[in-house]
Amino acid sequence: MSDLTEEFRARILAAGSAAPLCIRGGGSKDFYGQAPRGALLETRAHAGVLAYEPTELVITARSGTPLAAIEAVLAEQGQCLAFEPPRFGADSTIGGVVAAGLSGPRRVSAGAVRDFVLGVKMLDGAARELSFGGQVMKNVAGYDVSRVMAGSLGTLGLLLEISLKVLPRPVAEATLRFELPQAAALDKLNRWAGQPLPIVASAWADGELTLRLAGARAAIAAAEQELGGAKVGAGETAFWTELRDQRAPFFADERPLWRLSVPSIAPVIDLPGATLIEWGGAQRWLRSSAPAEDIRAAAAKVGGSATLFRADPALKAAVGAFTALPLPVLNLQRRLKQTFDPHGIFNPGRMYAEL
Amino acid sequence: MTATLLPPPDAAHRAALLARLTPLLPAGGLLSDPEDIKPYECDGLTAYRCLPWAVALPDSEAQVIAVLSVCHDMRVPVVVRGAGTGLSGGATPVAAGVVLSLARFMRIIEIDPLARLARVQPGVRNLAISEAAAPFGLYYAPDPSSQIACTIGGNVAENSGGVHCLKYGLTVHNILKLRVALIDGEIIEIGAHALDSPGYDLLALMIGSEGMLGVVLEATVKLTPRPTVAQVVMASFDDVTQAGNAVAAIIAAGIIPAGLEMMDKPATAAVEAFVHAGYDLSAAAILLAESDGTEQEVAEEIAAMCQVLEASGARGLRVSQSDAERLKFWAGRKAAFPAVGRLTPDYLCMDGTIPRKHIAHVLTRIEELARQHRLRVANVFHAGDGNLHPLIMFDASRDDELDRATALGADILALSVDVGGTITGEHGVGIEKVQQMCLQFSFDELTAFHGVKAAFDPLGLLNPGKAVPQPRHCSEYRLTGSAR
Repeated sequence: MSDLTEEFRARILAAGSAAPLCIRGGGSKDFYGQAPRGALLETRAHAGVLAYEPTELVITARSGTPLAAIEAVLAEQGQCLAFEPPRFGADSTIGGVVAAGLSGPRRVSAGAVRDFVLGVKMLDGAARELSFGGQVMKNVAGYDVSRVMAGSLGTLGLLLEISLKVLPRPVAEATLRFELPQAAALDKLNRWAGQPLPIVASAWADGELTLRLAGARAAIAAAEQELGGAKVGAGETAFWTELRDQRAPFFADERPLWRLSVPSIAPVIDLPGATLIEWGGAQRWLRSSAPAEDIRAAAAKVGGSATLFRADPALKAAVGAFTALPLPVLNLQRRLKQTFDPHGIFNPGRMYAEL
Repeated sequence: MTATLLPPPDAAHRAALLARLTPLLPAGGLLSDPEDIKPYECDGLTAYRCLPWAVALPDSEAQVIAVLSVCHDMRVPVVVRGAGTGLSGGATPVAAGVVLSLARFMRIIEIDPLARLARVQPGVRNLAISEAAAPFGLYYAPDPSSQIACTIGGNVAENSGGVHCLKYGLTVHNILKLRVALIDGEIIEIGAHALDSPGYDLLALMIGSEGMLGVVLEATVKLTPRPTVAQVVMASFDDVTQAGNAVAAIIAAGIIPAGLEMMDKPATAAVEAFVHAGYDLSAAAILLAESDGTEQEVAEEIAAMCQVLEASGARGLRVSQSDAERLKFWAGRKAAFPAVGRLTPDYLCMDGTIPRKHIAHVLTRIEELARQHRLRVANVFHAGDGNLHPLIMFDASRDDELDRATALGADILALSVDVGGTITGEHGVGIEKVQQMCLQFSFDELTAFHGVKAAFDPLGLLNPGKAVPQPRHCSEYRLTGSAR
């Protein structure tokens, strides 16, 4: 529960392009992106919830605060992080959650990490302390830099404090299951999503579609009637947690794990391997040894992108973890990187070799 | 007050610019006679006016690119304009510059009901999207008060909100993809019809960038299923503290209302005289709390809210019994600005956001400040998300009233920052609040904003002088300008 800002500042000032820093929270997502490099700068000791008032729907915490601790504090007040960040390890920190920008099953209805970031305090590459956004719901003063931190993999700055919007936990939840082939499941998911139904998450694998409903009790009861399917009952909470944290059986597989982010209406993507579909069709996990260029081409063809999520570091190094950016966009991103980290000391190459 | 933003124009440079632009645009697509460009001299912030060199009205993407390229080449500033409804002067012209109006880009390119998205040109009006999506049971959720007139391009520039943000989000939560022209004429696409895309989140930067980073050529917006029913509770309170506490109590009960609005007594009086919605004129504050969803959901939520409101000391509760009645309850809130406009020759609409818990303190303090400045203020408040709109009433034709109104406005914004809030929740900084940015951001933070700007627009040609002050001007402002 201490403030390590000064220590971090000294580390940044001592670093240089030849001696970059590898920012790390709990280390539970070391596998994500390109291989980490640079001198380890751990944020875990920079921890503590700084402000939390349930009626303001905002929590502010130091970046090293464990995700588990934040969720426990929120749960006591019947609130939650509605984007359901995955916990790939017990030590996951809130700084890592924001830097990685990953969201869980409810993302499709609630929004992503970036939708809940209200403000950040950070150190830039010159060790200057900068605050963007704030602790209020609506704020259009200045460019929305704090949301850009979500998913930037620590390449733009060292997060010190983060303010997130929180929401009440749903009053009631239910889980339904349907036997459906992939194409039919995709069609149903998209049709249901256009209706005012309390569907908040979905998962399809192996001919089985699982739906999560959340909301008012009466609304769930009515939706169950309308949708049909079998009620899962016991074990449904574990099902969604295991899916979120990639402990579900699908993820126990040695083949490279790809994450395809595509329009929800994209048809069945014909690639060798096993598929698990979330987010109403918009997130498709693929366990496949197919060539990276085939997988990326298939995602691009439907207007999406493919991330090599978990794989051998050598494969990631060879094909890149993330889909390459068009040159004008990459150039813009380079200039942004230059602005916040002119000497290239924060997590160089973790996202793209050029950033 | 008429503010001149740049030094007087150089006639030869202007003539050369017009000569190059004329052949690029269709007949009537380039206006330069003072008479023709007069309608473009200001946006919704009418206190600031300025005639540009010319107004370009392209009707194709190629023409936009051509105009940008010429301006880039000749180092002429460009101010992009949608419907001109903005309240912070984001579209106020620059004297030696071009106004690039996107008013002719009015085409809804595609509504995809299955994918729940609409692909539209930037000049499409906010409400027109919802109207086009209505046959499919869908709508575009952000609903700024100006939604009849304001355009999606302007909404993107300002990250516009509305009365349903707490539940449905702001513009930034409802845009999937943008096609953007940079000042040098390069076209980029950011975002995707997927839920995310690789690299830094440039969508988050573009949305709310007040026309300073790029020109929106096309937007893909998210469509939301229209809730089956909506119902609203109107509660009256004897004092604003009670009403503020009631807002907190609703949230504490685990309810996120579709809309949660507050009006103080002067605002209620103004709107009742205008729309005759049946508001309680003796109440110190009125709360409107809306629930939407399925019939069962709404019944459950309305009952829960009534209980909380009663326990919080509401002295009167009315629940809308029909959609007509619901719209009537809302009519006053939605017409608050014009209603206040009827009572006063001029008004300034402020836009601070504050942590909700400070609402009573802030309203009391605003009343004191208004007295000090010898002016009247009516307050409307997006209570759910803490976004306060004090309407400062004044008469610009009388002695120093405009100066006093401006000073009061500055004090209110400083107050918002002091309680941990922000100088603008949804209207943008524009030119109106550019000085108050110095209260909220440090030298280093402003420098970083300029860095972001330079990454997109190295020559600083897009909407110069708006939104982000020069850090060196701030040291001066902090010394002399702040009344704190």
